[in-house]
Amino acid sequence: MNGGNGGRGEGGEVAAGVGKGKEAGAGVALEWRFAQVFGERATGEEVQEVDIISAIEFDKSGNHLATGDRGGRVVLFERTDTSDHGINRRDIEKMDFSTRKHPEFRYKTEFQSHEPEFDYLKSLEIEEKINKIRWCQTANGALFLLSTNDKTIKFWKVHEKKVKKISDMNVDPKALMGNGSIRNLNNDFSFPPEGIPSLRLPAVTSHETSLNARCRRVYAHAHDYHINSISNNSDGETFISADDLRINLWNLEISNQSFNIVDLKPQNMEDLTEVITSAEFHPTHCNLLAYSSSKGSIRLIDLRRSALCDSHAQLFEEPEIPGSRSFFTEIIASISDIKFSKYGRHILSRDYMTVKLWDINMNSGPVATFQVHEYLRPKLCDLYENDSIFDKFECCLSGDGQRVATGSYSNLFHVVGCAPGSTEATTLEASKNPMRKQVQTPSRPARSLGSLTRVVRRGSESPDVDANGNSFDFTSKLLHLAWHPTENSIACAAANSLYMYYA
Amino acid sequence: MSMVDEPLYPIAVLIDELKNDDVQLRLNSIRRLSTIARALGEERTRKELIPFLSDNNDDDDEVLLAMAEELGVFIPYVGGVEHAHVLLPPLETHCTVEETCVRDKAVESLCRIGSQMRESDLVDYFIPLVKRLAAGEWFTARVSACGLFQIAYPSAPDMLKLELRSVYNQLCQDDMPMVRRSAATNLGKFAATVEPAHLKSDVMPMFEALTQDDQDSVRLLAVEGCAALGKLLEPQDCVAHILPVIVNFSQDKSWRVRYMVANQLYELCEAVGPEPTRTDLVPAYVRLLRDNEAEVRIAAAGKVSKFCRILSPELAIQHILPCVKELSSDSSQHVRSALASVIMGMASILGKEATTEQLLPIFLSLLKDEFPDVRLNIISKLDQVNQVIGIDLLSQSLLPAIVELAEDRHWRVRLAIIEYIPLLASQLGVGFFDDKLGALCMQWLQDKVYSIRDAAANNLKRLAEEFGPEWAMQLIVPQVLEMMTNPHYLYRMTILHAISLLAPVLGSEITCSHLLPVITNASKDRYLFPAFTCDLSSAQLDLMTDPRSYVDRVPNIKFNVAKVLQSLVPIVDSSVVEKTIRPCLVELNEDPDVDVRFFANQALQSIEHVMMSS
Repeated sequence: MNGGNGGRGEGGEVAAGVGKGKEAGAGVALEWRFAQVFGERATGEEVQEVDIISAIEFDKSGNHLATGDRGGRVVLFERTDTSDHGINRRDIEKMDFSTRKHPEFRYKTEFQSHEPEFDYLKSLEIEEKINKIRWCQTANGALFLLSTNDKTIKFWKVHEKKVKKISDMNVDPKALMGNGSIRNLNNDFSFPPEGIPSLRLPAVTSHETSLNARCRRVYAHAHDYHINSISNNSDGETFISADDLRINLWNLEISNQSFNIVDLKPQNMEDLTEVITSAEFHPTHCNLLAYSSSKGSIRLIDLRRSALCDSHAQLFEEPEIPGSRSFFTEIIASISDIKFSKYGRHILSRDYMTVKLWDINMNSGPVATFQVHEYLRPKLCDLYENDSIFDKFECCLSGDGQRVATGSYSNLFHVVGCAPGSTEATTLEASKNPMRKQVQTPSRPARSLGSLTRVVRRGSESPDVDANGNSFDFTSKLLHLAWHPTENSIACAAANSLYMYYA
Repeated sequence: MSMVDEPLYPIAVLIDELKNDDVQLRLNSIRRLSTIARALGEERTRKELIPFLSDNNDDDDEVLLAMAEELGVFIPYVGGVEHAHVLLPPLETHCTVEETCVRDKAVESLCRIGSQMRESDLVDYFIPLVKRLAAGEWFTARVSACGLFQIAYPSAPDMLKLELRSVYNQLCQDDMPMVRRSAATNLGKFAATVEPAHLKSDVMPMFEALTQDDQDSVRLLAVEGCAALGKLLEPQDCVAHILPVIVNFSQDKSWRVRYMVANQLYELCEAVGPEPTRTDLVPAYVRLLRDNEAEVRIAAAGKVSKFCRILSPELAIQHILPCVKELSSDSSQHVRSALASVIMGMASILGKEATTEQLLPIFLSLLKDEFPDVRLNIISKLDQVNQVIGIDLLSQSLLPAIVELAEDRHWRVRLAIIEYIPLLASQLGVGFFDDKLGALCMQWLQDKVYSIRDAAANNLKRLAEEFGPEWAMQLIVPQVLEMMTNPHYLYRMTILHAISLLAPVLGSEITCSHLLPVITNASKDRYLFPAFTCDLSSAQLDLMTDPRSYVDRVPNIKFNVAKVLQSLVPIVDSSVVEKTIRPCLVELNEDPDVDVRFFANQALQSIEHVMMSS
């Protein structure tokens, strides 16, 4: 089914009927409930710039969640309701399905990942803001993650460290202070074969543990432009980092060298027409990676083909509609985020106006297009004036690949069913009462160009007001959100607050 | 807190610092672990120290790494081989940490200890350890397990051997690519300990599974296993099992895999024998030489000589040489550079006739390459060709290449060619050198870049060694001394440096008669200028009129004079020291500049020292 031909949008109602016959999960719209909020803002409280969340990421198991903020901090949350916390598995199975608890998280720890810096050679300030966080393979009960700001990637280990108490020393520590310099042991000092009984080993007692975050490696000085993405490879030993013009390949264990695999920088910077906006490795194929561009295209590259991947294996692009070109065409086409689906069959992309789902086996056009900001089309001029048009909204897919979610203005986010025949389309507000603002729109938000005119008309009827009569607030935008890898649970950031919802 | 006897105090501190908050102090203590063990005695080392260390698995990586290393040689301190097994528990925990270098060191130490352990202890302690690690919850333990089978397997009874083989098979199919990579890396070593009967039935299926892994990084390592396994198998088995794999690998979709094949292929030729080499490996290698990916061609080109050495000259000429010709005009400079660094080695393999007819044109075209590294690589291996066809055929093209490199705008290129000049001189002979290259060597002494001037001075010394003092006296010394009049003090410093290097080679006589006067002159300016108006001795007048008697006011020159004079003391006769060197240093020792006085004083003291001892 090709989303570009309008077939899906037009058939929305018909498809809804089909959807009901299907098992729950795909066809039926989810009912979202508020689960938790961290860092809720009191009314009237002013948000500190450094507290604004700039990255959210669940780990592979879904037992941990990390957020990064503009102040360079990384905050970790851990799940508290998992079965390995002493509850017998059989007991869970006996429990009524409907009373199953939703994922619940608690604050685990936080650490300062990046500090503001100044590049004296280039006379540039480097912000501490965390641009991306990616979880790595856990080992020995310790958590590992990569975090990056504009220039520097860091590899962190967070683990429980025993708090040690040392007692029973040979030498009084106070006495040692004065004579600490005596360290030259005579080499031909002969010990009796049975040893010296008066010497003893210090006794170590440890009762409690404390969480300790340690920076294990720093991958620096490899990017001339701002890093927008980092992504782990399925081989467990490499990752990529992408800036505006280049993508570099790193080995996790080697921080002093990286390989450049994509380089868009033209000989003459005036010839520059396109920049990299996001990049991600395929979840299972170690040789594939996708990157998106400011021109709205996605390129799939195959690392097997050659060492320098300037030529792509596949190009995903929507053909331009003749005559529709305007000053804003290229700006709103710019892709702000791409995500692979769990098994790598699909790629989800977000541009200013829409979310698009692509099948990696079909590069002629997206399999589905979901309108997100169509009602803003008449106001693009204003949005351009106040720079909102350059806002970079993220998107995410559910673990089962049946739904997608993305953020919007006024702290709203949208959840849309993307399975064939699904008519699900929910708008939620990042607040304790997510459904407050939601009035079910007569038909689901237009999913194709075919219904574009209708939406535009609706938008023009009330240019400054949304469907609920509220004016849009362009300062409270919900840019960052993440879907739990295995359950229907979404974490999203509204300024400094982290809201969690479940269904 | 007990008080410790005075002589034991340092060792007591050392023990306490095993748990100090400061990493550096803990590290120091760990590095002296053997001392601590000796102080405690063997029994307490076994019963107290080792368990104490085993508890310490969340220390910093540096400390764990040092500990893993120390424990590898700890058998004498725990009471000898019969107690070696007590060392296993701490190393087992080190095998599970997430830092690769610590794990690798722990595995290395375990192998070292295991190879000394008694067979019964291996069965009782070592093999269970390997099995525990292989079944570890975290991948880190399983990664380490792969490296221990080579020690565990040989001493296991048959039933256990069967189990170990199946455990290794599991590891080859582990969910985590890190474990499969480790299994692939260690497969060759493990296979070397497996009985031939099981090699085919058990190890080959593991190998085949690894060669078909989805992850490129695993297949890459399987390539390395090919050669190791190939050498263990009978030639016919190798042809039947390894050859198809390597031929497949040579056409793998991933360039990184093909790159590894290009690097390893020549090692396999011996294992499969001449006939399969001709029918399968040569075509595979030719494909790699013509690969689409430059990185693969670089690897393949770098092995041209090694590969040809295994083949008969006819095969090399028929199949490889045409590819070499193509590569010599490859679009990638790095491919040409890799080829240039090994191609000279082909001369001795192909013989005189083929070299003159076929290789020489390639050498010549590479010598004219636009990329300096290519030319440098050819020049660096000139001696290999000289032995086969003599250098005359090349010399006409060599000169322009050398001159161009000598004047390259990148100083690193100039530096590289200077380093090859002694080699060139020895190959080309005195005559050619005097005509063409002598002037270049002098020119470098006045290069703008310090490293080049420094290398040029060194070069003169090596040339003097090559051609002898008399030649140097005629062709180097006059020109070098001439340059002492250069108005820029940095160039004069270079000459001083060159003189100090040349003096030992030229010997006492020339040093006294030619070098020493120039040096002492360089130290004398302080007298001359004020003395100008006073009455001048005839000797001083001579100095004034002689252009070589340029005298120096720059302190840097003067204290370098002091340093050079000091270095000349052992070379010249003691009478010369007394008559010339010491007075000059005494003068410098009165210099207004503090540094000059310092070095002059140092030199004077060393003279005293030499005089005293002689």
